[in-house]
Amino acid sequence: MSPFWLVTAVLALAGAAYALGRARVLSAAAGDHRALHSLPAHYGWAAVQMTLAPALLLYLLLLLAGQAGPVAAAAALALALGALIWALRRNTPDFRARNAVERGMMAVLILASTIAIATTAGIVLSMLFETRHFFTLYDWREFFFSAIWAPQFQGRSQLGILPLLWGTLYISLIALGFAVPVGLFAAIYMSEYAGRRMRALVKPALEILAGIPTIVYGLFALITVGPLLRDWLAQPLGLGSSASSVMTAGLVMGIMLIPFVSSLSDDIISQVPQSLRDGAFALGATRSETIRQVILPAALPGIVGAVLLAASRAIGETMIVVLGAGAAARLSLNPFEAMTTITVKIVSQLTGDNDFAAPETLVAFALGLTLFVITLGLNIAALAIVRRYREQYE
Amino acid sequence: MSIPQQSLFASDPGTARRRAAEARFRAYGLGAVLVGVAALLLLLSSVLSSGLGAFWQTRIHIPVTLAGAALDPLGGRDPAAMRKVTTIAYGKVIEAALRDAIAQAGIELPLTDAEIAAMLSKEAPAQLRNKVLADPALVDGTIEVSLLANGRIDGYLKGRVTMDSAQLDRNVTPQQLLLADRMLARGMLSRDLNPGFLTAPDASDLRPEAAGLGVAILGSAYMMLIVLGLALPIGVASSIYLEEFAPRNRWTDLIEVNIANLAAVPSIVFGVLGLAIFINFAGLPQSAPIVGGLVLTLMTLPTIIIATRAALKSVPPSIRDAALGVGASRMQAVFHHVLPLAAPGILTGAIIGLAQALGETAPLLLIGMVAFVREFPAAPPEGFFDPAPALPAQIYNWTQRADPAFVERAWGAIIVLLGFLLVMNAAAILLRRRFERRW
Repeated sequence: MSPFWLVTAVLALAGAAYALGRARVLSAAAGDHRALHSLPAHYGWAAVQMTLAPALLLYLLLLLAGQAGPVAAAAALALALGALIWALRRNTPDFRARNAVERGMMAVLILASTIAIATTAGIVLSMLFETRHFFTLYDWREFFFSAIWAPQFQGRSQLGILPLLWGTLYISLIALGFAVPVGLFAAIYMSEYAGRRMRALVKPALEILAGIPTIVYGLFALITVGPLLRDWLAQPLGLGSSASSVMTAGLVMGIMLIPFVSSLSDDIISQVPQSLRDGAFALGATRSETIRQVILPAALPGIVGAVLLAASRAIGETMIVVLGAGAAARLSLNPFEAMTTITVKIVSQLTGDNDFAAPETLVAFALGLTLFVITLGLNIAALAIVRRYREQYE
Repeated sequence: MSIPQQSLFASDPGTARRRAAEARFRAYGLGAVLVGVAALLLLLSSVLSSGLGAFWQTRIHIPVTLAGAALDPLGGRDPAAMRKVTTIAYGKVIEAALRDAIAQAGIELPLTDAEIAAMLSKEAPAQLRNKVLADPALVDGTIEVSLLANGRIDGYLKGRVTMDSAQLDRNVTPQQLLLADRMLARGMLSRDLNPGFLTAPDASDLRPEAAGLGVAILGSAYMMLIVLGLALPIGVASSIYLEEFAPRNRWTDLIEVNIANLAAVPSIVFGVLGLAIFINFAGLPQSAPIVGGLVLTLMTLPTIIIATRAALKSVPPSIRDAALGVGASRMQAVFHHVLPLAAPGILTGAIIGLAQALGETAPLLLIGMVAFVREFPAAPPEGFFDPAPALPAQIYNWTQRADPAFVERAWGAIIVLLGFLLVMNAAAILLRRRFERRW
């Protein structure tokens, strides 16, 4: 019996449990609701819970233990039937069915809320496990301090993270160098200068940029921006002839981050109390003087938090760099050369046929863990700064 | 200190400087807004200008005589027996028909037979074969068929291939392009709407003209079903617990910090997780919508939880107090009163989370969703375990192919993807406008 049909059968039993549980307690009370502790429906649901939960739990455990055969299905069905009979016998008018049902529901709610924890634990454990495996095959000092990335299929690969880290940081730096001024100035203009009609038009337009999937930006970098930069900037200046470059990926990523920076800064600027503005205006300051000397200093911690969040997005971004930055691992200052990032190498080491005993595959987990630690650190710092800033004015 | 001897109406140098600074500052702001809007317009115009072509396809219209001797050698019109005839036989029939049609139309160009045959897509024989197998009675008759033209001929009509580029191209000759011009003038060749782009499966490297999004759209739909079926109940349940019942202690603090951080974990990390846990540890199949759906569920959960908690928070406490006052339990107050009032906000959050999941690509690359799959997956639930690409992964796949015709396909697929996202976001906005209540 396939799992699908087993679940269907147990569900059918549960449906019967509801009708029987309700009918039994009503007949015991001779149809008089007032004699019951709970509503009739609660007695039905109590029977349903009893029928479903143990049987499905047992089946899940058997499945995880690798016992998906007919024996497991039969055991689960028998348990469901037994529990159904037991639950029906429990349904007397004195039985506190509502309390039982609500305890069960609470258990489900608590279980659901621990899934977030389980996900984080899953991420950390799975990557830690494979990373440890990687470091038994490959020296960790070589990984963290070597400047050469040259994986080879025959073995004897050199897997130094430094060129990847450099590419990641360089691209993120260009992206932030573009997105932070543009996003910040746009936010200032929208919150302090723009009229209502302009805001109603431009704000959604910028938010569209935030809703566009990154694969679209990636293709935009690969087909439109890359050749444009190569033909109009890189080649005339003699800086390179590659369409995929740090500059291409950085600029397109900057476009992606504009709405991110602008909407976060907008929130933060609008949280600065109006009394600060009024005070500055009363002293005769112009609008721009108020913004530069009163609002921005007051909002600075929040804006720093927003920039850190944007940085963590930039470092973890994958599709734009996969399509726009190239695959060559090198340490160079020329922004028109192709470089590569941590995320690109995770993709290239893990797509295709994977041999999970080779350091060339396992290195992706070490890269992933590094990426996770970096972005987690940035996020925690950013959230702490933003939270402290919020408390300042509350 | 001397008092400046000046009119009150003319501004002094200091004021003029400050005014200039004000105007400059304002111009920077406006400039930043314009840069953002210009970037959006450039992006959208480049999507539309490069992608709309994929919705039209060049076809060749010729009469074909289906000789029974070649296509049904046994003569029984038995579909099972006719299945033994491969596309090669059909290819010969079509090539002969095309040569005849060209001769009949009076087009005389120095073309070899191979060049004439190459006008047609390599998919054309299969097209005809499917048609004949569906209706064996057609054999020994003459029918008018519209067959896919080769990708290069299609590119010529769309301006991607020119006489100059054909000189350097091994796959097409200038003579073939001249022939295409003549055939176009006589109505044997035309560019029509291409429904196959939305329904057909992917095609191999050599036949970009036949590639479609059918399997990818289905794969994405399956994944979205899984995400909706798992992320919505789990997300709502955990938000209800955290917002309505959880005591403030270390454990719930830990969960809260966790959710905030999970929302900002790079998506590729979820792909690594999916590969390590769902594929390596649990042994689920690669390239299957079930794995993609599970990974995207974990990714979407924080978004849905954050939106649901905001919606629950916006229901005023007086509603809860009133329910408790007339004797409801806390569970009843939440499920009978608070949750229905928060439902529009929760649904809006769910749709936005789903839209994010639909466009996500990076984690799918790691769990094999870029595989080349031509078979449609079965109906759910078995179909969840069949290999199928996803829409964004298909786009990535096409960008990695050599033939430039696939780039047009990729842009076209982006239009389809953006269309789905537009519909979903519009639904979310409508829902919010229609049902949002302010207390």
